[in-house]
Amino acid sequence: MEKVKKGVRLDHISKIYKDPKTDKEFYAVKDTSLDIEPGSFVTLLGPSGCGKTTTLRMIAGFESPDEGEIYLGDEPINELTPDKRDTAMVFQSYALLPHYNVFDNVAYGLKLRKVPQAEIKERVSRVLGLVELEGMESRMTNQLSGGQQQRVALARALVIEPSVLLFDEPLSNLDAKLRVTMRTEIRRIQQEVGITAIYVTHDQSEAMALSDNIIIMSKGVVEQMGSPQEIYYHPKNEFVADFIGEANFLPGDYIGKPGKTIVLRPESGYLADEGGLPCKVVLSAFMGSYQNYHVMVGEHLVKLQEYNPKNKKIYNVGDECCLVFEEANVHLLEA
Amino acid sequence: MAQSKQGAALDRKKLLADPIMVTTIVLLITFLTLFVLYPLAILLVDSFVGDGSFGLSIFKRIFNMPSFTKAIGNTLKIGFVVGIASTLIGLLFAYVEVYVRMGKLTGGLFKVVSMLPVVSPPFVLSLSMIMLFGKAGIITRYLLHIYDNSVYGYWGIVIVQTLTFFPVCYMMLKGLLRNIDPSLEEAARDMGASRFKVFTSVTLPLILPGLGNAFLVTFIESIADFANPMIIGGSYDTLATTIYLQITGAYDKPGAAAMAVVLLCITLMMFGVQKYYLEKKTAATLTGKASRARMLIEDKSVRLPLTILCSLVASFVILMYICVPIGSLFPTWGYSFFPFTFKWYQLVFTRYKGFKAFKDSFVLSFISAPITALLSMIISYLVVKRNFKGKGFIEAVSMLAMAVPGTVLGVGYIRGFAGGVFHTGFLEELYGTAAILVIVFVVRSLPTGTRSGISALRQIDKSIEESAYDMGANSFKVFMTVTLPLIKDSFLSGLVTSFVRSITAISAIILLVTPQFLLITVQINEFAEKGSYGLACAFATILILITYGAVLLMNLFIKHFGTSKALKED
Ligand SMILES: Nc1ncnc2c1ncn2[C@@H]1O[C@H](COP(=O)(O)OP(=O)(O)OP(=O)(O)O)[C@@H](O)[C@H]1O
Ligand SMILES: [Mg+2]
Repeated sequence: MEKVKKGVRLDHISKIYKDPKTDKEFYAVKDTSLDIEPGSFVTLLGPSGCGKTTTLRMIAGFESPDEGEIYLGDEPINELTPDKRDTAMVFQSYALLPHYNVFDNVAYGLKLRKVPQAEIKERVSRVLGLVELEGMESRMTNQLSGGQQQRVALARALVIEPSVLLFDEPLSNLDAKLRVTMRTEIRRIQQEVGITAIYVTHDQSEAMALSDNIIIMSKGVVEQMGSPQEIYYHPKNEFVADFIGEANFLPGDYIGKPGKTIVLRPESGYLADEGGLPCKVVLSAFMGSYQNYHVMVGEHLVKLQEYNPKNKKIYNVGDECCLVFEEANVHLLEA
Repeated sequence: MAQSKQGAALDRKKLLADPIMVTTIVLLITFLTLFVLYPLAILLVDSFVGDGSFGLSIFKRIFNMPSFTKAIGNTLKIGFVVGIASTLIGLLFAYVEVYVRMGKLTGGLFKVVSMLPVVSPPFVLSLSMIMLFGKAGIITRYLLHIYDNSVYGYWGIVIVQTLTFFPVCYMMLKGLLRNIDPSLEEAARDMGASRFKVFTSVTLPLILPGLGNAFLVTFIESIADFANPMIIGGSYDTLATTIYLQITGAYDKPGAAAMAVVLLCITLMMFGVQKYYLEKKTAATLTGKASRARMLIEDKSVRLPLTILCSLVASFVILMYICVPIGSLFPTWGYSFFPFTFKWYQLVFTRYKGFKAFKDSFVLSFISAPITALLSMIISYLVVKRNFKGKGFIEAVSMLAMAVPGTVLGVGYIRGFAGGVFHTGFLEELYGTAAILVIVFVVRSLPTGTRSGISALRQIDKSIEESAYDMGANSFKVFMTVTLPLIKDSFLSGLVTSFVRSITAISAIILLVTPQFLLITVQINEFAEKGSYGLACAFATILILITYGAVLLMNLFIKHFGTSKALKED
């Protein structure tokens, strides 16, 4: 696929919807600017209703932004209809054409582009090889498992060699195990083809496993964009910290940094008889790979996970002890 | 949010970049305006200024005609009684089908009853009513020895219309009852309510809006019905027949136009209530599907009386429908029955230009069916899947056509197109041609086709079409390669339904047909009017055969090439 890779740029994009009940307008996406590098895998992550799908659909062209401009590479694409945009979308419901078999589904986009018959054959079989579906060409789509249907959907998007692949929660209809397998597949294929991919999900482990960059959204606004490590270790605000992984928040006064908030991950602290902040255990549960504690530091509840509990002292409910963490292992937020 | 126009502007631009789509929308709007709205508008204009000056003088005149005011009363009374009766009988049938364990035979009877009205010309029941219960009726005269029974008039119309329309109520209510979650009723039963109490306190309140809906639909059908009052009404005139006579007998076109406006107002009002109040309520009280299958009533003391009652009614209806073909074989209608003879059929084809009548009806319907089917699928597609300015208009006007009685439309076409649009001579050539007959057929069948298309399309996940669009297909390609194949069944049945509706139509067409076209339905009406029932029955029988054949053909076709089949095969 010898194509110039293209990035996607959103320039102050907003989308306004009307609430069908109250007839009041609201921002589904508000003043969002993003710069997505060519060839990178980016995830849009956020709670339900935060505007992920809306953003993706604006990039695909199904919705028109009310403010701002979208660029594919250097070209503004606001005025292009979906069929004219060099993007391909993989839908949550797969959206395979039920009256076509696998081959015809994958060949559909090529036929529309009037690619010669022989080349269609060759490209379809190449892409079916890529998603490991050789030999399934003549199956009807309802004779495939969920995971296979998803791979057809992916093949169909890949075969037209778009500049950008768009995914809207493509794995949410699959069972947990298959989800893990498929996301590894998607990542492998994306890297093999070297295509720009934008992936919507509300599953943070999926986002972590897949992405070069994660974009955290909330209520139509981008809260933070960064690598999984950046987002995890240096969240910009409490929302991001809380949304990705688990986080405890303590006032900075405890470590002599008044006016700041300490973000403590559950695995970054431990309990000891002395040497840290005095606390009281309110929950202690053995979880196999770790011991789960809830302790009260003053009036603040702190959740901890201590791994390898076998070799450690176990504290019980009601014990008075100390919460220990190193300053290098916590993140500080401006309160 | 001052800039919120940008999105709309972009949507518009994207739409304009799609010439096929724009052309389609413009053509559709033109068609609907010209052939649905304009004829109705001209009726208004006519009835207010028809005699030269603007005012209510024409309305004053018609409301001073005792025949007209009487017709209004008659029409409303019949509509009301038929509405109630059809709804109740429909409810009985629906209840028995959904709640009671039925034998195979009863089940078969039910199926036939729900099918018959679809394939029969509207006046078949009137003919058999006369044949069975008239002065020389087989039952009244020869079985009961009543020699002066008259079926003509109020009771005749009520019975015939009820038997014609109750299957529609039955089908509507069946769907509603199926959607009631059985656990609701089981809970009430569990708390100690008797079966009857459960029916009155749970089931009935849940389907009450649905009952209202069924009543109004029947009411509208009844007051719009032209064929039955025409044949069996005798001197008992309804609005539809009065309007017809006002044009064909009294040559009073402005008067007829004003009367048509009155009739239209009544149906529109009912339609408004039905559409915007009851339909919403029905949907609101009965959301979702039943979670489990219902325990059917096995109890003999409930089961037997209900199934027997329904089977009797059903058998009676079927008997009525069979009468017509049999009646076409009697040597002298009402006096000698044997030996059976084909002489009426011979007469039909030799003396009465039967062949031309069938050809004309067949060809016109055959032309209009695919147009209607395609048009209604396009409209449904636009309404369900696309967003654009004017969509509301397209949806509203194609639904409005449902509330317009055929007679009203017929008068509107006469006033609107004889002498050209707005009497300017524009499109004058159209009047009296086959084209305008085809257009009337299309407009009359469009609402049913659109409604079934819309419900078929709502079942298709929006993202399937979006995915095709995303792959690079423009709207035309999406429609042709994805939408249409996916609703092939609905398209086919729309094709056949509109064919059947057209070939059996009479109310609008009888006003517009010119002598160079012979239509079967018009012939049947003419012979029945003259009392030549043998000929009328022979015509009607052949018509039933044609429509039944078309429906059979469709079912065969769907079975072998339908979407559901294509999706299943290996
Ligand atoms: N066509 C529409 N009309 C009105 N409001 C809409 C429309 N589409 C989406 N919304 C609203 O816009 C907001 C954002 O919706 P969106 O589908 O982008 O959320 P999401 O982040 O994809 O959520 P989820 O994870 O549940 O899929 C929601 O409040 C939603 O109700
Ligand atoms: Mg979404």
